[in-house]
Amino acid sequence: MSTISSTTIGTISSTMNPTAIKESDMPEADPKKAPIERPADTVIEEGKTVGIPFSDDPKFQLRNVEVFYGEAPAIKNISLDIARNEVVAFIGPSGCGKSTFLRCLNRMNDSIDSCRIKGSLQLDGQDIYDPKRDVVELRARVGMVFQKPNPFPKSIYDNVAYGPRIHGLANRKSDLDDIVENSLRKAGLWNEAKDRLDAMATGMSGGQQQRLCIARAIAVSPEVVLMDEPCSALDPIATARIEELIAELSESYTIVIVTHSMQQAARVSNRTAYFHLGHLVEVNDTSKVFTMPEHELTESYITGRFG
Amino acid sequence: MTNPGPQAELVRRSLKRRYRKERRFRCYGIAAISIALFSLVILFTDIVSKGYTGFIKTTVTLEVHLDGELMYLSDASDPDQIAMADFQAPIIKALQEYFPQATSRADKRELSRMTGSYASNQVRDLLTENPGWLGSTRIIEFPAHDTVSVYVKHAGDPGYSIRLTEQQQRWTDELLSKGVIDTGFNDVFFTSGDSREPSNAGILGALIGSLLTMGITLVIAFPVGVAAAVYLEEFAPSNSLTDFIEVNINNLAAVPSIIFGLLGLAVFIGVFGMPRSVPVVGGLVLALMTLPTIIISSRAAIKSVPPSIREAAEGIGASKMQVVLHHVLPLAMPGMLTGSIIGMAQALGETAPLLLIGMVAFIVEIPDGFFSSATVLPVQIFIWAGSAEQGFVELASAGIMVLLAFLITMNAFAIWLRKRLERRW
Repeated sequence: MSTISSTTIGTISSTMNPTAIKESDMPEADPKKAPIERPADTVIEEGKTVGIPFSDDPKFQLRNVEVFYGEAPAIKNISLDIARNEVVAFIGPSGCGKSTFLRCLNRMNDSIDSCRIKGSLQLDGQDIYDPKRDVVELRARVGMVFQKPNPFPKSIYDNVAYGPRIHGLANRKSDLDDIVENSLRKAGLWNEAKDRLDAMATGMSGGQQQRLCIARAIAVSPEVVLMDEPCSALDPIATARIEELIAELSESYTIVIVTHSMQQAARVSNRTAYFHLGHLVEVNDTSKVFTMPEHELTESYITGRFG
Repeated sequence: MTNPGPQAELVRRSLKRRYRKERRFRCYGIAAISIALFSLVILFTDIVSKGYTGFIKTTVTLEVHLDGELMYLSDASDPDQIAMADFQAPIIKALQEYFPQATSRADKRELSRMTGSYASNQVRDLLTENPGWLGSTRIIEFPAHDTVSVYVKHAGDPGYSIRLTEQQQRWTDELLSKGVIDTGFNDVFFTSGDSREPSNAGILGALIGSLLTMGITLVIAFPVGVAAAVYLEEFAPSNSLTDFIEVNINNLAAVPSIIFGLLGLAVFIGVFGMPRSVPVVGGLVLALMTLPTIIISSRAAIKSVPPSIREAAEGIGASKMQVVLHHVLPLAMPGMLTGSIIGMAQALGETAPLLLIGMVAFIVEIPDGFFSSATVLPVQIFIWAGSAEQGFVELASAGIMVLLAFLITMNAFAIWLRKRLERRW
């Protein structure tokens, strides 16, 4: 990795295309943070992202986001917009901070005591980390699907009905039944599950469980669904079903998906963001990222030179 | 790698050594389990073989002529006369039917010691209840005197000494052959409280006392323990105060139980002026003793709830309280119940702290509430084991069996409850 770094030091500023970024929106790198010891860091100019990180109609507006675990920085000055009803894929090598960044979007990092977050994160123009903001309301709007399928050890019905129940979305049993049916239909699980709604969710196959988790997440009608490597524990057939599902869901939801599979990113997303060691190196239309990446690190990663 | 070569040989040799090691380790394990099982079998055999006679009573059934003249009683409904009357006389008279030559004062005394010391009270109570019986002849079953009972059940047993006179032994043998003295299931043991006379002593008082005390302990220790564990695990900020509390809870679990008895004596009885010997105070003391066990095991159970379930609930927007109530607690409940079973079993067998708060008192009445004097099973066994009459030895062993049965019932109930909760999930 260090060899790549040393060869690219000189080229980075010249290959950057300043016209792709709105100059006014671009954050200024803090001069105090300029001297960085590690050679890998010198290759990426902090806060500089190649491509088109911003959008005219942002759902999420994230500016100068920094995340620390204790003293160690995990996310270094990232600015990014996530547009309404688009599918954004986060890719990058392990430990690059993409999951950490994703979990900042619905404050799932709150429960980690050592985790500190700086910068401005806004959902529809409202600060996510405002101390007055109710995290319960935020998470009802920004749902999440996790890496490992994690259904509650309850019946299939109760799994899907849990969210609507706690948020009081259904006053009558029939309303709740409708929500459960719709969510399971959207998640492509209705045909398999309709005859055994009272069966334990943990008795289903991994792929079914993950689709159930997606059904559970969309049962509260969120505006955004965050997916943290949703297919990493699934076989190719189950993965294909989830990917179909993401394509269908993208019509009505904003989806952010973290994935280790570049093919998956290429198949499901509109835009792809490449993370590297806590930096957001490049954000571009997915087709562009996988055909003509602008940044050398992105190219190295997608061509499989490291990762 | 066509030739397996020396490396394969090395592996094979080390494999042999590894297998030998494994076999040896298994042998240790089997030996350990065997020792444990063997001890258990010895314990049970000993208790059962010593105690089963506790479940057998010896009775003397006599045809008693309730002669008013003999008892100096003309009206059985008059309490003054009842207080003065001699109820022993008709019993002796009934025995003399079988032994007409026993007429001397000494013989009469020996005859009166064939039936239990409370035989005359039995006659008195019967007459008080049924004043009309005066002058009639009734068949009454009396408990045999302790010494007779020991002779009947344990003649020839070197563990018991026979305290009957030659004459009494002869009488007993004769009455046995005539069926006047008989043995049967000891219902008295299960229906009465403690007594000075082994043949009248029962476990019911202690059993009810234990039940009441355990009820108080459970009602206080379980909710408080679980609440403390949930707070410490889920809500408490991690600072030096929490650490201090944690260390203290862990230490408290190792404090000798008699200290809790002293605490109960000083605080509940001394400061709050609660009565002595009552299940409420006993239950409170045992609850304090059980709390650390329940807190520690509950915290372990909460810790073992997979974080993915928490995340799932948080991801949907469940509040902290909802995550705890809907997901963490139900999943941790079996573990919490296991801890509580251990704590309660410990409390059930506890004697020392209860001695200090007066539950060691001699209590004949069966307790009828949380504030009536009571004793508990282990204390009752302790009292009997230290009593002089030989009949109490077998009662103590029988009491141990009842205690074990109580324990098993309690645990079985808890396990059933746990299974039910698991199924609901």
